Order: sequence, then C-alpha cells, then structure tokens
Amino acid sequence: MKILVCISNVPDTTTKVKFVESDTKLDTAGIQWVINPWDELSLTRALELKDDASSGVKSVTVAHVGPASSEPTIRKALAIGADDAFRVNAEPADSYYVAAQLAEVIRREQYDLILCGIESSDYNGSMTGGMIAEFLGIPSISGVSDIKIENGTPVIIRETDGGREVVSVPMPFVAIVQKGIAKEPRIASMRGIMTARTKAVRIYEPSPAEPLTRIMVFEKPSPRAACKFIDPENPRQLIELLQNEAKVI
Amino acid sequence: MSVLVYTQNWDGKFKKSSFELVSYGSKVAGMLNTSLVCLSIGTVSDEELLKLGKYGAGKILRVDNEYCKILDNQVYSDIIAQAALKEDARVIIMSNNTEGKAVAPRLSVRLKAGMASGVSKLPLSTEPFTVYKRTYSGNAFAHLVINTDIKIITLAQNSFDLIETPNNASIENMSVSTDGSLLKTVVKNTQKQIGMLLLTDAEIVVSGGRGLKSPDNWGPLLELAGALGAATACSRPVSDEGWRSHEEHTGQTGKVIAPNLYIAIGISGATQHLAGISSSKYIVAINTDKDAPIFEVAQYGIVGDALKVLPKLVEAVKELKK
Repeated sequence: MKILVCISNVPDTTTKVKFVESDTKLDTAGIQWVINPWDELSLTRALELKDDASSGVKSVTVAHVGPASSEPTIRKALAIGADDAFRVNAEPADSYYVAAQLAEVIRREQYDLILCGIESSDYNGSMTGGMIAEFLGIPSISGVSDIKIENGTPVIIRETDGGREVVSVPMPFVAIVQKGIAKEPRIASMRGIMTARTKAVRIYEPSPAEPLTRIMVFEKPSPRAACKFIDPENPRQLIELLQNEAKVI
Repeated sequence: MSVLVYTQNWDGKFKKSSFELVSYGSKVAGMLNTSLVCLSIGTVSDEELLKLGKYGAGKILRVDNEYCKILDNQVYSDIIAQAALKEDARVIIMSNNTEGKAVAPRLSVRLKAGMASGVSKLPLSTEPFTVYKRTYSGNAFAHLVINTDIKIITLAQNSFDLIETPNNASIENMSVSTDGSLLKTVVKNTQKQIGMLLLTDAEIVVSGGRGLKSPDNWGPLLELAGALGAATACSRPVSDEGWRSHEEHTGQTGKVIAPNLYIAIGISGATQHLAGISSSKYIVAINTDKDAPIFEVAQYGIVGDALKVLPKLVEAVKELKK
C-alpha cells in the first residue's frame, strides 16, 4: 500500500504577517517557512501507519506544488521520515490549480491513500483535498481525526457537526485530516536529516490548468478598541458593561 | 438565473446558522437581481422547510432518497450540482462548517466553478465578483475575485445576522439521477453530542487556559458558563494535558469560532490561540499577567487571579438573571 501526503509550505504560525506592493503580496522578508501544521500531523500519522507492519503500508511519499524555493520544506518532510517526494514546479495560484496539478501526477503514479490537511494556515481554503478527489473521481472523507488500517481496510473516525462517526470507504481515497490524527508532529532525527539529502525528489513541470480565482488585495483586520480594565475586586462592573454597553448578555 | 443556498439539516431540523445562510443568500440574490432557491437533502418536514421562507426563500427544493441518508461527499456534491444546473444558479452558498468543507470543493471541480471559503461579508462587488475572506488564520482578509460563471461561497459561521424578509415559499420535491453507484461511504457507528450546546453554534463561550492551574479548578468556570448559557472551550495546552476534551480546543489547529462574547480565563493569548477566536465580536480576558497578549485583543479585562474573580462573577451573573 502506498500513501501520499500532500504538503503546503506556509509561514511559521507565529509570523506577524505584513504585505507589500500595495498590499497585494506577502512580505516574505524574515519569514520562516514550515510544513503546514495539519500536513505535518498527516505525515506523522502516515509514518505511524508505516511503522506498524500489520498495516501493509510500504511507502510514504510527499507531494508539493511550488517553486524551487520550497525545497527546504520538502527536505524537512523527508528528514522526518517520508521515503521520497515529488514537486510540481509551479506557483500555487489557487486551490483548483494546485489540486489539478496533484491529481495529474497521482493519476500516473497511483496511490492507495492520499492524506491532505483540513486547511493551510495561510489561505485557510479547506479545498485542495476534496478537489483532488473529484478530479480523480474517487471518494473523500473530511474531518478525519483517526485512521487505522485493519486487514487491509481503512477504519476512519470523522468528526461531524455535533458528533463523530466510524466510517469505512474503499481505496483509493482522499482523507482530509484535522486535529486528533496524531498527538505531536514527529521531529527529524540527526540520522533522518543526513539520509534526507540522498532521497529522491521528482520534479515535474505543470500540466495545463487555469486558476479560477485571484486575490486582488489583502487587508489587516481593523484594530480593536483599547482594553477597558475592571477592578478585580469588583467584577460586577464587568457584568454591567457586558449587559449595558456591549449588550451581549 | 438564481442564487442557490444549500441548507443542511440536523435530524430533520434547521439551526440558526441555516437561517443565517438563507438571510445571506437573500441579500446576494438581491444584489444580482435574481431569486433565491434553497436546497434541502434528506428527510425534512414541510413545516420545517417553510421556516426558510421567513428569511427570503422562494422555491425550496427537497431531495430525499435512499442514497442520501448519510453524508457521502460524492453523492451530496452530485445532487447539489444537479440542483444548481436545473435552477441555472450563478452563486451557490453553503456553510463553512464540516459538511460544507466536505462537499463544496468537490462541487467546485464538478461544475468548474471558482470557490471562496470562509467568506464573512456580502460580496464587495458583483462585477467582477469579489468576496471578503479570512486568510492567514485571521491575521488578514483577502479581496478575492472569482472568475467563473458559477461561483461557490462557503459562509463563515456566526458572521452574518438574521434578516427577516418573509417570502411565499413553495416546496418542490426534486428527483435526481443520483444512484447507489456513487455511494461509497459506509457508516459503522455514530455518536452524537446530545443536549450539548455546540461550540461552533454558541453565542457565548467561556474558555479556560493553563492559568487555572489544575483540572480540579474548572468548577467555577463551568458554573459561569451554566449561568450565562454558554458553551465551554479551552486552550491547546489544556487539551494536550488531557484536562479537558480535545473537542473544546479552540485555536489554529482546533476549532475556529466567532461568538458574540468570548471570555478567556487564564489564557495568555498566543498567536495560535488568537487564530481561533479573533473573529469574536467581544473578547473578555481574565489573567494575572497584565502584559499578556490576550489584553491586546480584549475589549474588557480583569488583571487578577481567575480563581478569586470567578466566584464573584458567577454571583453577579446569577443576580442579573434573577
């Protein structure tokens, strides 16, 4: 069984984002780039499955759409333990474009289980996984908080709006994962970092596809009014403000 | 031409968020000078469906067959695509909740319709069709243009107020060509939270962090939540430690919420936590450290020991509610 983990290259989640060129582009100066947090958890779960011989998982491949500058993030995924990787050499213009690129390669290389994070921390799209599945005409399960392989069959927990379900679906399929899929992201060992250098990263040129959306401009959220401090000895005043000024209780 | 809103049901019932979607769809239809059609999938009574009319629904399509009893993303996206084509929908609106996130991206590819998720305002313009959406986990918002004839929007929860625009709604039972061949999901077991206020639906949320020092100290927080009719949440360290269930974790990798009032108790306000709560209308912070970043986003703050402040707050709320 072959697992594919799709990863996005995002600014470190503590970054104070700024924009340049009349707020049309992210100011990348000084930004630390990392594997999107949910993708990192997907990768961790994929490697846990591979470690368990009874799962039948033979390989974990990492997929990415981005320019050469995102190589360090792919190498990090290889250092954590992925076996190999491919990169489609293109700017990730929008989710539709990215999913079209990934689907094209997946169609050729054939994977049994494709893992995608529920969203990327930069565009907050929650779209790529479902789009890949539709391009390929295969099932997708969203809100996945656990996945096991029992006797060659996936057993999945999906979180719903107000509960959870244990579901199963035939392979190949796309699992769109969220919190719970793995406890802590796995960290690269020194040996992992050394061996990552020699692992294969296949580079593909993009196939013809057009993005369907375009970001015109970014804006920062409007600043909030300064905090009103209330005497800790008299919290009753807070309740009065919430009732009469904010009118929320 | 039409605007199509997919209204999810929970065991045959709608929620406030369903009516928010319809209110939003009604406004978008007005901007495009066209009519609003709602689509319901599953078993929902006439009486329940007609409630959508109060918020502007004209035609209400009902699809109910043996293949849509559980959520299968392929079946649902196929049904919504058929409804969209039948009604010549220019804009398809869904919630940015779990089901919307599961189905809308498939629909986007199926119809080759550009999609924007987590939209929190009415379209900024219709020509070009420009929407306002959350990016960088709430640290920025983007003006995003959708270039295709059909557009798909998922609306952020609690981002749009209910607007009553009564309409003469009529129900049409729609037949679809969807059959069992698409249905691949098998549900083996279902657990539902019964009688609990869902965190993502709640108008008031009371949330605790490591500042409460021990899971044994949650009593007064739960009492405050009970007195306010609020849902409870927590920070990531608290759920990682197992002090509270991971269902309560609010933040970047947990739940993203936008209640009217968020009360953060003993939470310092790391960037990752703020990513989950920054769209709240009002934020109250109670923390011993006056320099904690949570006070930069809070409108009301108390610098003090939560364990001393909480009992007094509970008392004040109970008096108010008398």
